[in-house]
Amino acid sequence: MFTTKSFIKKNKIGNFLKNVREHYIRDDIVCGFSSCYSCQNIQNNQNIGCSKDNFSSNHVNRCKLVEGNHYLILDTNVVLNQMDVLEDNLFGNVIILHTVLNEVKHRSLPIFKRLMSIIDNPSRHFYVFTNDHHKDTFIHQEDQELINDYNDRCIRKACTWYHRHLPKEKFVFLTEDNESKRIALEENIMTFSMSEYVHNLSDKHLVEDKLAKVSSSFPFTGKDIYQAHMSLVELLEGIRGGKLYQGTFKASRENFLEGYINVDGFDDPIIVQGREGLNRAVDGDIVAVALFEKEHWTSPTEIILEDEGVVEENIDELVEKEKEIKKAIKKKGDIKPTGKVVGVIRRKWRQYCGILEGGIEGVYQLFVPSNRSIPKIRIETRQAEFLKTQKLIVTIDSWPQNSRYPHGHFVRALGVIGHQDTENEVVLLEHDVPHSQFSEEVLRCLPKLPWVITEEDESRRVDLRHITICSVDPPGCTDIDDALHCRIIDDNKLEVGVHIADVSHFIRPGTAIDLEAASRATTVYLVNKRIDMVPELLSSNLCSLRGGEERFAFSCIWEMDYEANILSTKFHKSIIKSKSAMTYEEAQLIIDDKTKNDDIAFGLRGLNKLAKILKTRRLEKGALVLASPEVKIHMDSETMEPLEVEVKKLFETNSMVEEFMLLANISVAEKILQDFPDCAMLRRHPTPPSTNFDPLVKAGKHLGFDIQIDSGKKLAVSLDQAVSDSNPYLNTMLRILATRCMLQAVYFPSGTLQKSDFFHYGLAVPLYTHFTSPIRRYADIIVHRLLAVSCGADSTYPDLLDKHKSSDLCQNLNYRNRMAQYAGRASVAFNTHLFFKGKIQDEEGYVLFVKKNALQILLPKYGLECTLYLSKKGDESLFVYDEEEQTQKAGNVVFHAFDQVTVRVSLDSKNIQHEKFVLQLVYPYIEGFSVKPLIESEGADKSNMEQQTMDYQDKCNEQVSTMKKNKRKTQSNNEKRKQKKKV
Amino acid sequence: MSRKKELISNIGLRLDGRRAGELRRIRCKLGVFSEPDGSAYIEQGLTKVLAAVYGPHQVRGGRSKAQHDSAIVNCQFSMAVFSTGERKRRPRGDRKSTEMSIHLHQALVAAIKVELYPWTQIDVYVEVLHADGGIYPACVNAATLALIDAGIPLKEYVCACTASLANDDIPMIDISHQEEVMGGPTLTVAALPMSKKVVLLEMSQRFHVDHLPKVLKTALQGCVDIKNILDVTVSNNVKEIGSSTRWGNMT
Repeated sequence: MFTTKSFIKKNKIGNFLKNVREHYIRDDIVCGFSSCYSCQNIQNNQNIGCSKDNFSSNHVNRCKLVEGNHYLILDTNVVLNQMDVLEDNLFGNVIILHTVLNEVKHRSLPIFKRLMSIIDNPSRHFYVFTNDHHKDTFIHQEDQELINDYNDRCIRKACTWYHRHLPKEKFVFLTEDNESKRIALEENIMTFSMSEYVHNLSDKHLVEDKLAKVSSSFPFTGKDIYQAHMSLVELLEGIRGGKLYQGTFKASRENFLEGYINVDGFDDPIIVQGREGLNRAVDGDIVAVALFEKEHWTSPTEIILEDEGVVEENIDELVEKEKEIKKAIKKKGDIKPTGKVVGVIRRKWRQYCGILEGGIEGVYQLFVPSNRSIPKIRIETRQAEFLKTQKLIVTIDSWPQNSRYPHGHFVRALGVIGHQDTENEVVLLEHDVPHSQFSEEVLRCLPKLPWVITEEDESRRVDLRHITICSVDPPGCTDIDDALHCRIIDDNKLEVGVHIADVSHFIRPGTAIDLEAASRATTVYLVNKRIDMVPELLSSNLCSLRGGEERFAFSCIWEMDYEANILSTKFHKSIIKSKSAMTYEEAQLIIDDKTKNDDIAFGLRGLNKLAKILKTRRLEKGALVLASPEVKIHMDSETMEPLEVEVKKLFETNSMVEEFMLLANISVAEKILQDFPDCAMLRRHPTPPSTNFDPLVKAGKHLGFDIQIDSGKKLAVSLDQAVSDSNPYLNTMLRILATRCMLQAVYFPSGTLQKSDFFHYGLAVPLYTHFTSPIRRYADIIVHRLLAVSCGADSTYPDLLDKHKSSDLCQNLNYRNRMAQYAGRASVAFNTHLFFKGKIQDEEGYVLFVKKNALQILLPKYGLECTLYLSKKGDESLFVYDEEEQTQKAGNVVFHAFDQVTVRVSLDSKNIQHEKFVLQLVYPYIEGFSVKPLIESEGADKSNMEQQTMDYQDKCNEQVSTMKKNKRKTQSNNEKRKQKKKV
Repeated sequence: MSRKKELISNIGLRLDGRRAGELRRIRCKLGVFSEPDGSAYIEQGLTKVLAAVYGPHQVRGGRSKAQHDSAIVNCQFSMAVFSTGERKRRPRGDRKSTEMSIHLHQALVAAIKVELYPWTQIDVYVEVLHADGGIYPACVNAATLALIDAGIPLKEYVCACTASLANDDIPMIDISHQEEVMGGPTLTVAALPMSKKVVLLEMSQRFHVDHLPKVLKTALQGCVDIKNILDVTVSNNVKEIGSSTRWGNMT
């Protein structure tokens, strides 16, 4: 059947365990060329099936160094360093040796994943040749031979083999290692370095920019600017000996020459300052730090320094700024541990988003990352003029001693700076939201239109088409995933049903669409864009429970008495026909309109009554009512310009729908936990540690309220009691603070935790899950599948019951959900910025915190939290700070937390990367600090303001056309999401 | 989602270079000792097992154990201290080896024609010299060979094999230690491959019911493959021994 030669590989781990492994050498591994007869025969004999074409004759590698078409064999270092280049479509017909693949996997998992995704893409024609199991290319590792040398030898052996095996074809070996290149050339292998090869590509267009820079490729060679790093061995020895400390480097956002290192066992982070102190550490790196003697310790500078360097290696300006730091330090008293970075243990470099610094000519450009804690990066590009208008992504390659800035290379451009599309792209990228178009494979999984309900479907589902079911959602909502009904079935019994879109009917486990949805995990709502979890056909049509259309649903039906006590619960799949899809407002009108007495009105009233009882009961148990300043942004349909920012409105019907969704979720959670004690997907909200509540308790104390935090119930009660007649917004403010003390709720499979940890703190229920929004959350789909098995409507599949798989899945869901939330907020923040661009307004606000030199102000109307600085730099402050009482006093005006103020808001756009809000105090009026109300001083500002608005409108007009389409939809969905987030 | 536990590369090769349906190399030998009535040595990949068979002989110890209608099969399993990466004293009669002994007993009793030897006892001793996954199958296969060497009448070969799932999808056969540690559940099957009867089935963890049939089928195929290899060894052995009396040339 096969030839085997077994040999022994030994490796020793820690405790000197001897591992012996077999290694089979085969004669049935093919070279991958369909034109090769000998390999074709092997394949046919083995019945491996028809050979798919691994290499394409359509793709031709063109390089001036080689005549005609050729095939590329890559060295490990090429893959590791030049991944960005390889991802370019120019490269095809590449042979990846198994040795290389293993080495890459060993060295860098992210790079390995990227490589695998290229290999998996059939249009790229990357072929993996298993050289280490092939009888002709396998070689023994010699005694004393280092693994690297051995691997290089394997690679060269494979190159020679290919050359002999297919003499007609040309094979080119690419390596970055000079030594390896020299030996390869001696062995008559056609070898080039990556940069040689790329520079001579016939059609190189932008690929050159993506080349990672090896330090020597930059023409700046001067004297060393930085001290040399210690070697890794020295570092580890130093750390073990207690001379050095290991920690994560955090760069200061204000001062580019300062940073902190958090070290275990130190109360304060270690400060590092200046060029010498930072020594090429980049934010996030794990570094080794040497502590100075105590007399050299300093304090944080608290001055703002910006890097104004240009591309030349001129460090005069740097030296100047270092002096400035020294000056700043001398004034201060309290000293903190100080040290300097002596080496980097692990780089945490990633891809950074930002823009090019203007005003530099030539191919060497400076890149300014949006994240202020990242240094500027020098890149080489031949398209600088174009890139200056773009937001781009750049990655760091190296930071040699003699270079002031790290060297990097351009990865790709995102779009025009300040453009809505670009900003959305940035938001999505920074939050790692998968947002590409759905692939062909995914779309193939969709049902064919016209979609009809077959008899088989009817026989398997309960027919509820005759029941008056209706849905209540925000206006303009297209993905309706829940509908309700309520009817009398007995003198003292009501039947209440919650019907959820049956998404799991369309998304079958293991299909492409399922995998895609699992990886996306949730639909992401940006202000003017929605990134769907499932394709639109499902989300807005087949799954959406639209009024008057027959749809599949998963129903949860309770029998209740008039006191909202559940008498029985049942779950089944059903066919429903919603009578009406209403908005919250419409439903509210029907309930309030006494003249209406049809089925819908009756049902709604019944639901509403029950919901009120349910809500009181829930609150009695200690469920928290929390608040967060959430806003809705109205967009102009023509210009895509934010027209108005508004806090969302709530009707009684909102809470009605919410109560029944909660009830359904709880019922389902109980059911699936009972049937799947090991792998039920649940949601828990951990009790926050009491230290989290410190700010809340402190704030309460200053206002004379005693906030109890021992239990959810006590917290709820004390929040209810903290009401002030003079300041009606105070209670909301406290609730906002309380919200911030909370931990994130998370999904988990029931088998991984103790039952006592299943508790949902915010809702005060012992069990909870998500069942009601399968269109926009993947967790709900899983819950649907579990429930379907429970009620005999579907069968299980392996991954559903695997505790570890579920656990992995939960981790992804939690991560994506968190990111989706942040992305949503970032998008709102960006649009609020847009809204304020060129505007100056007086707004009502409340003091959230009193700080030493500033007041933290909350503007409820915009959900904005901004800082009002009480003293300008250098000036003497008019204010007196009372640390005990947490007040600021100026003359006879005293600021407490939660005081109402009026502030003037404007946007400082001086720095295009970091626009920020500027506040000025209007009321209460303090001589020499406050500004006059806007109405009086309006005349002066007006002309200027108009001009700015005009400019801005022009800019916006350009970008309208592309986004008009799905705008209304997304806007309303955004609203919907917010209302449901509490659920 | 994760590529963490990829046991079969996308070219279809396992970590040690086998394909999914390929056994490890099997080498075996009958009659390695002269003292016992029958003995055998088997190597399945790096797993190495010695087996010795004594009997049938008079029941030792309490007479009461003897049975009037069949022979008693007494199995003893042990592992050498040097058989795994870590050196460890393994006292005989610990929980693991007792369990192994019972399992062995079950498989062997199914094959031995015990009814031919009432009031007697057959002792089977197996010793693992090197453990690299699939210990139980190797023991069963070695014991079968030793029984044949001892000339004890068998209904047919009893063979065992393991199978598992690679990448949660592809059934693979004859699991090595490395794959056992990295992979999911392992199914061990002992079968009478000619009559296609399963005599022992053991799972290390739960399989999903969707997977079980195909894994079982793979494992049974493995038993048949192993039987064919053992068969060749046995007939060669018979030829060799019988060459002096010209037994081997009879066919």
